[in-house]
Amino acid sequence: MMLEFYGTKLDSRLLIGTALYPSPRILSDAVNASGSKLVTVSVRREAARARSGQGFWEIIKQLDVCVLPNTAGCRTVKEAVTTAQMARELFETDWIKLEVIANDDTLQPEIFGLVEAARILNDDGFKVFPYMTEDLGVAEKLVAAGCEVLMPWGAPIGSGQGLANPLALRTMRAYFPDIPLVVDAGIGKPSHAARAMEMGYDAILLNTAIAKAGDPVKMARSFAMAIDAGRLAFEAGLMEPRDMASPSTPVAGTPFFKLGDAS
Amino acid sequence: MKITVNGELTETRARTLGELCSALGHGRGKIATARNGDFVPVTERAKTLIAENDKIEIVAPRQGG
Repeated sequence: MMLEFYGTKLDSRLLIGTALYPSPRILSDAVNASGSKLVTVSVRREAARARSGQGFWEIIKQLDVCVLPNTAGCRTVKEAVTTAQMARELFETDWIKLEVIANDDTLQPEIFGLVEAARILNDDGFKVFPYMTEDLGVAEKLVAAGCEVLMPWGAPIGSGQGLANPLALRTMRAYFPDIPLVVDAGIGKPSHAARAMEMGYDAILLNTAIAKAGDPVKMARSFAMAIDAGRLAFEAGLMEPRDMASPSTPVAGTPFFKLGDAS
Repeated sequence: MKITVNGELTETRARTLGELCSALGHGRGKIATARNGDFVPVTERAKTLIAENDKIEIVAPRQGG
């Protein structure tokens, strides 16, 4: 089954941030190599007589992918709502990756403001993708506020630590079987992404691990393959782990076998 | 009058947000605006009057994660 956000189908489960790349060319090449159909972007202050935003926008348009603007850096509900409204006009989309940040060291989501901003934006016609902790109570409030996608963090943004709380992520998947769930932030290696996909997560959103790789284009491909592999494994159904060994080669017909040896 | 544009104190003769954007060279640029924390859509810029000590934000598309 194809990934679907708010009625829009995407044929890649890798969502890519556009920041921190060595050059615009490498950004474009990495996105193309990954097969990703959704990139995240932001809005930032434009200096007088500057046209930097225009140039970046031209690059993004050429990628011909969905655009998900964020409210990165916003600390209050008001900042996040106004930033989302500016982003909607700039990028001509009602999709918004909602970030309300609690503290600069962890870039942890400020969940109280997040829920309030999500309600305001959903009521205003936005389609909200909330960047959140893996807390089930928060998840329920976001869903009640109208969110049809949830994006729990794997680990703090840019940390590359992978899935810090796999038990909670597994629980969230089981608790919300029908809501698209995206692990957003903290993914450092393709194996982290594959692990989340094996758990049944619908997609992975990452930036630094690709942009800061020695070869971002190659790393983009690597993540795409890991995510495909993880998804395929989830769909195929993983075996249950067990404590003791269990022979894979048939026991019946073993040469020199004597009944008394069997335990 | 003195206003703050993108965090910097600025002297301007512009009467409206639209005039201010033009004066700053953003005439046809891909920008979005806010006045005193509230979003001002492009269709409202020409009608939005600026007052002393206003805080204006002018933003454009940028890389993001």
